[in-house]
Amino acid sequence: MGTLIEEIFSRRAGRTVQAGEIVLLDVDTIMSHDNTTPLAIKAFREIGKPLRDPSRIVIHFDHAYPAPNLLAAENQQKIVRFIREQGIPNFYHRGVCHQVMIEEGFVRPGGIVIGADSHTVTYGALGCFSTGLGSSEIGAAWVTGKTWFKTPPTIHVVLEGRAQPGVFSKDVMLHLAGQLGMDGATYRSLEFSGPYIDSLPVHERLVFSNMSVEVGAKCGLIAADDTTIAYLEQETRAVGPFERIAVHNPQYEREIHLDVSQLGPQVACHPDVDQVRSLESVQGLALDQVYIGTCTNGRYEDLVVAANILRGRQVHRFTRTLITPASQTIYEKALANGLIQVFLDAGCTVNAPGCGACIGRHGGVLAAGERALTTMNRNFIGRMGSPEAEIFLGSPAAAAASALEGCIADPRKYL
Amino acid sequence: MARAWKFEDNLNTDEIIPARFNITIDEKELGGKAFCEVRPDYAAGVQPGDVVVAGWNFGCASSREHAPLAIRGSGAICVIAASFARIFFRNAINIGLPILESPEASAGIAEGDEVSVDLGAGIITNLTRGTQYQARPLPDFVLRIAAAGGLVKFLREHDMEELTA
Ligand code: SF4
Repeated sequence: MGTLIEEIFSRRAGRTVQAGEIVLLDVDTIMSHDNTTPLAIKAFREIGKPLRDPSRIVIHFDHAYPAPNLLAAENQQKIVRFIREQGIPNFYHRGVCHQVMIEEGFVRPGGIVIGADSHTVTYGALGCFSTGLGSSEIGAAWVTGKTWFKTPPTIHVVLEGRAQPGVFSKDVMLHLAGQLGMDGATYRSLEFSGPYIDSLPVHERLVFSNMSVEVGAKCGLIAADDTTIAYLEQETRAVGPFERIAVHNPQYEREIHLDVSQLGPQVACHPDVDQVRSLESVQGLALDQVYIGTCTNGRYEDLVVAANILRGRQVHRFTRTLITPASQTIYEKALANGLIQVFLDAGCTVNAPGCGACIGRHGGVLAAGERALTTMNRNFIGRMGSPEAEIFLGSPAAAAASALEGCIADPRKYL
Repeated sequence: MARAWKFEDNLNTDEIIPARFNITIDEKELGGKAFCEVRPDYAAGVQPGDVVVAGWNFGCASSREHAPLAIRGSGAICVIAASFARIFFRNAINIGLPILESPEASAGIAEGDEVSVDLGAGIITNLTRGTQYQARPLPDFVLRIAAAGGLVKFLREHDMEELTA
C-alpha cells in the first residue's frame, strides 16, 4: 500500500513502511568518485572497522580525470592505493559516474543505491531508489552495508500530452524547476508518471530523475515498465529477471499536472536553476562557450540531436563548442556512427568522457564576463570557473543551435 | 562575543565553498575559503564562536561534505537557518557541526547581532535585541549521532542498528 518510495522501502524492510518513518536499510551498491572518495576513506579509517563487502563498493574517476593538476593527481593516487589495499573490484574511469553505473549494471528496478554525489538520484528513472549522501555516510556504509532514511512524502508529477518538435524532456524539467523553485521538493520524493513519461525513451526519462535534486528532492522515481526492462537488457550489463514495483493506492502529498504540448524550448538563466524562461525571450544573448555533455544530457541520443543540427555547418568562431560524451561507451558509439567526425568538421572540440567542464576545474573553464549555454543541470555562480561568468542551461538541441549562431538561438529552425 | 553572519535563502554549496577548492579535505584550509564569493569579508573577519545565520534551504545542491567542514573550519560554532537542504542537514550531523532550524530566529537575527546559543537545549538568544528562540527538536537518533560527535565517532563505539533501536 503506497507510493513508489514506500513500496520500495517496504519491500526492502520486509514490512509496511510509510512516509515519515525512519528505516535502516541494506543498500545494494555504494558509489563514490575522485572528488568524494578521499573523505570517505578518512571516515572509514577513523571508524576503524573492516569493509562489509568490497563487491558492493563502486569507485569512479570522472570529476577531474585525467588529473588536471598535481593535487588532483595525488588525490587519485591515494584512492588507487586504497582500492588496491582493500581489494575493491569495481573501479572505473570510463566517464561520468552516473552513466557508467547504469551501463555497468549496478542500477536495477527496486534496488537501493547510495552515492557520494547529489546526482545519484539519476537512477530513479529506472525504478531504483537512489540518493546522494555525504562522504562520511559513504565511509560508514562501506563498514555497515546500511543507511538510515526518513521515508519522504511524495509529490506526484503527472505529465500529459505530446511535446512539440524541438522540445525535449530537458525543456519540460526546466519548466518544472521554474515552477517548483529550488526548494520546492525538499525532503520529498518526486514520482513522475503519465502518458508523456510512458512515451519517453529511457535517456529522456533520466533527465527528470537527474534534475530532481535541483528542486531539493530526495529522489525522482519512475516506475519500471517495458521500456525500462528493454533498455536494461539492451543497453546495460544488468542481468534479469527484473522486479517491477508499482504503486498501490498511493497517498500523495501533492499532485502537479502539466500538459507538455503547450511548451516551447526553455532556458534556465544565470544564476539559478529556477530562473527559467522561454528560450525565445532570451534569444540573441551572445555566448563565449557552448558545452554539450554531463550526466544530464551527454548521452548518445543527445549527441545525435546535436550532430543533426551541426552537420555540414560551422560553429561561430568566437563560441568555443565543447562536446564531452558522458561515457567511453557513448564515445565509441558516436565514433563508430560518424558523430565525432560531424563535431570535428563543425569546429567543435571533443573532450575525453567525464564530467568535463561541469565543475569548473578543467576542460573548459570560464573567465570573468564570459557567458555559456550548457546542457548541464546546475548554473550556480562560479560553477564553471569565474564567479563573474554566466551559465545558462538548455537542451542539446538548443546548445547546438546556439553554437552555430554564437548566441542563444531557437533550435526549431534547424530541425 | 559571538556575532551573527547573516546569509540569504537558498544559499548553495558552491556559495559555501566553491567546487574548485574541494581538492583538499583540510578543514582549516577549506575554512579560509568559506563563503568567499558571496561574502569575501567572511573568512578574515569570522571569530571563533561566531554563528552563521541563514534563510530557507541552506546548503542546497551538491553532496559535498566540504561545505559543513568549511564552516566548522572557519571557526563558526553552528548554523541557524529557517530550513536546511537535505544532504547538508545529514552531512552537518554526520560531521558533528551543530545545526539549529528556526524560521523565527532566522528572521529575528540581523547581520552583526550578538547571539548566544545553548546547543543542548536548542535555545538561541539574540542579545542585541533581547529576543529568544527555541529551535525545532531533532529526532532521537539524530541526537544520538550528535551526542557521539558525529556518525564516524558513533560507529567507532556502536553498531548501526543501535541508531534506530
Ligand atoms: S557531470 Fe556534472 S553534475 Fe554530473 S556528476 Fe559530473 S560534475 Fe556532477
